[in-house]
Amino acid sequence: MMALLKSSRVICNIGTFSRSLGSVSSRNSSFWAEVQMGPPDPILGVTEAFRRDTNPQKMNLGVGAYRDDQGKPYVLDSVRKAEAVIASKQLDKEYLAIGGLGEFNKSCAQLALGADSEVLKNGRNITVQTISGTGSLRIGANFLSRFHSASRDVYLPSPSWGNHTPIFRDAGMLLKAYRYYDPSTCGFDFLGMLEDISKMPERSVVLLHACAHNPTGVDPKPDQWKEISDLMKKRDLLVFFDMAYQGFASGDIDRDAWAVRHFIEQGHNIVLSQSFAKNMGLYGERVGGLTLVCGDAEEAKRVESQLKILIRPNYSNPPMNGARIATTILNTTELYNIWLEEVRLMANRIIKMREQLAANLKSEGSTHNWQHVTDQIGMFCFTGLKPDQVERLTKEFSVYMTKDGRISMAGVTSGNVGYLAHGIHAVTKCYISNNISADLPDNPSERQLRGR
Amino acid sequence: MSIFVEVPQAPPVAVFKLTADFREDVHPQKVNLGVGAYRTDECQPWVLPVVKKVEKMIVEDSSLNHEYLPILGLPELRSAASKVALGENSPAIKDGRVGAVQALGGTGALRIGAEFLRRWYNGTNNRSTPVYVSAPTWENHNAVFADAGFTDIRPYHYWDGAKKGLDRTGIMNDLEKAPEHSIFVLHACAHNPTGTDPTPAEWEKIAEVMKRRNLFAFFDSAYQGFASGNLDKDAWAIRYFVSQGFELFCAQSFSKNFGLYNERVGNLTVVAQDKDNLTRVLSQMEKIVRTTWSNPPSQGARIVAITLNNPELFTEWKGNVKTMADRVLLMRDQLKAKLIALGTPGTWDHITEQIGMFSFTGLNPNQVAFMIKEKHVYLMASGRINMCGLTSKNIDYVAESIHETVSKVQ
Repeated sequence: MMALLKSSRVICNIGTFSRSLGSVSSRNSSFWAEVQMGPPDPILGVTEAFRRDTNPQKMNLGVGAYRDDQGKPYVLDSVRKAEAVIASKQLDKEYLAIGGLGEFNKSCAQLALGADSEVLKNGRNITVQTISGTGSLRIGANFLSRFHSASRDVYLPSPSWGNHTPIFRDAGMLLKAYRYYDPSTCGFDFLGMLEDISKMPERSVVLLHACAHNPTGVDPKPDQWKEISDLMKKRDLLVFFDMAYQGFASGDIDRDAWAVRHFIEQGHNIVLSQSFAKNMGLYGERVGGLTLVCGDAEEAKRVESQLKILIRPNYSNPPMNGARIATTILNTTELYNIWLEEVRLMANRIIKMREQLAANLKSEGSTHNWQHVTDQIGMFCFTGLKPDQVERLTKEFSVYMTKDGRISMAGVTSGNVGYLAHGIHAVTKCYISNNISADLPDNPSERQLRGR
Repeated sequence: MSIFVEVPQAPPVAVFKLTADFREDVHPQKVNLGVGAYRTDECQPWVLPVVKKVEKMIVEDSSLNHEYLPILGLPELRSAASKVALGENSPAIKDGRVGAVQALGGTGALRIGAEFLRRWYNGTNNRSTPVYVSAPTWENHNAVFADAGFTDIRPYHYWDGAKKGLDRTGIMNDLEKAPEHSIFVLHACAHNPTGTDPTPAEWEKIAEVMKRRNLFAFFDSAYQGFASGNLDKDAWAIRYFVSQGFELFCAQSFSKNFGLYNERVGNLTVVAQDKDNLTRVLSQMEKIVRTTWSNPPSQGARIVAITLNNPELFTEWKGNVKTMADRVLLMRDQLKAKLIALGTPGTWDHITEQIGMFSFTGLNPNQVAFMIKEKHVYLMASGRINMCGLTSKNIDYVAESIHETVSKVQ
């Protein structure tokens, strides 16, 4: 009896326990007996099912990676040229600094903020190289969790990239949402967003997609950004920009960074995540940056020292290869110009596919309003298809996409856009409403299953 | 008012500060015995010939692109790396109960493993499971487990400063007294910073206690091949534990033995009781990776995978590794010989008894400060030196400096 009491006291002291403690201590059962099977990643599941499908007309519209008009991955010419330059230099492989390649950090910040940015002139930013966009968001979130004592809350747009929620949650932040996408118009719920901002407690962290919102492709217009900025200033909110598609949205680097630069000019000291996965096609090289705009250079130094303390026990220092490629492109005039042109090319192909899809839907005889297909911007299109329509599209036409009706326009080619339009028309034509509205589930955990 | 006004200045990471100070020093005879990176006898970084060869192959292969790797990494790297650790004919691998997660260097592998253990080991989200790290250990071990959420990180006896060797009694006592299910971070070989490893017989005793007391073995293997020059010999401890039926983690780094420091190539090998448990573990590792870096970098992984999976390249690589290990062994022999020849006070057997990149000289903080300030020989406050920083050109100066320091400074 005493032994039992004693052991239960020990259990109470230790904290959260599963009932399995008894079986774990048995020599013959695995330590991992109680580990649950993790749910499959929503995007990977799509790609895996796509791979198994033998239909020659199958389409993978889940993938968030650019494809050329033959549906093939595209290695940028500027990247190949940069790689040749780097190979000829025969560089060593010594560790980078914890904060990464200095020249990369400088160029990365310049690309986002603009070469003439007052922030750069005054050295009041700290920019560190990160493991692409995910790594940037995670370190940023960890930093806020540790040092932003004013608030634990981070507000995400509804919907947002599926990985935002677990990133911030794992960093110890509390997830909240603000209205963003209006399913009835397949467009921007501007008034809803303003209303929600006006109610946010001061000093909350608010995440904004700088351009080419993922998954909806719906971006605020400049005038709307201005109002959002003003209101956020009034509410003293901490702005965290996620910019994963600079250049990819409009084809113009500066235009796509307009919101970020406007907010800074208006006095927001923002946190900014950048990814070079899409705009340089450097997906697997994991190239990204995290910038914190601080009050002054001295503060930036303090913040930098703390970022290093966060990074070191995570991965020590970042990988060189992709950062070297990006730096070479950004700092070699000839390569930089080639790159700008390639970004324009990729963005324009997407825009063209949007136009062709809308046109094909019309010529299929669809009477629905498909304007959102061309109004939306960036890699993704929130079609407005409902889950059951998505299911039919997949089952009957082998078109693979996420349940929320999001398609990656990058997977559309001039060769298959007609087929896609045909399929979409087939699953939507019996709906008499003019409104293709995806009844998005209001369940936050459902929303978070929509992956990149 | 800035939200960052309260952010305090953090102290710099010691080992990088040392190198920064070294760089600024203008003394003509300065020597950097700090950071753990290999140097040739010309004191230059060394890109392994096999790495150069494979990189050229990659650059010339226009069919390769920069697409995302899977979340858990390049499959060819993961399987080949686990094979290197566990052996070509590992029964555990044949049983399908070995899996792996490609990670960013050894640090990344440790971190993913630590995050997993905090969430799923010894209950769910049990932050108070004791984590034991050797005294001393690589300074980043503490922070890795702390940032993963563990609240009780403790030292286990390891280095006996008086006899300049392993504190056998201390280790065994700590193992016997540790709460059941405690996690022990074990250096697979070439202990950092002491260079002092248990003998096979000592490992057997350690394994026996750990098995009996249900302690978790988390191996840190950053120097396989680099210690003795022989991959199998350096993996003996890991393989022994696997043969004894342990479910364990092994964080592998290819930074040193491939010289791929800045490409961040690592692998967390997971040995589970059976395939079913392994599958569930890996599925949860994926969730952890997804919010940390989504998927790992491809360049370094390709280099290592191509090398390990090609018999000729694999042999060439083993030769390159032996070249590095042999140079370190030579420097050890010569340093000890010179100290003895100089009549330097104290015993210096530990220089050649220790193994791997590092040597715990036994110099105390005052002596270290003297070495840096007066002799411009940079080493860690713990007295740790990187043998790779020694060359035929500077070894006399270093030996003389140690001699002077030990004679003058208490």
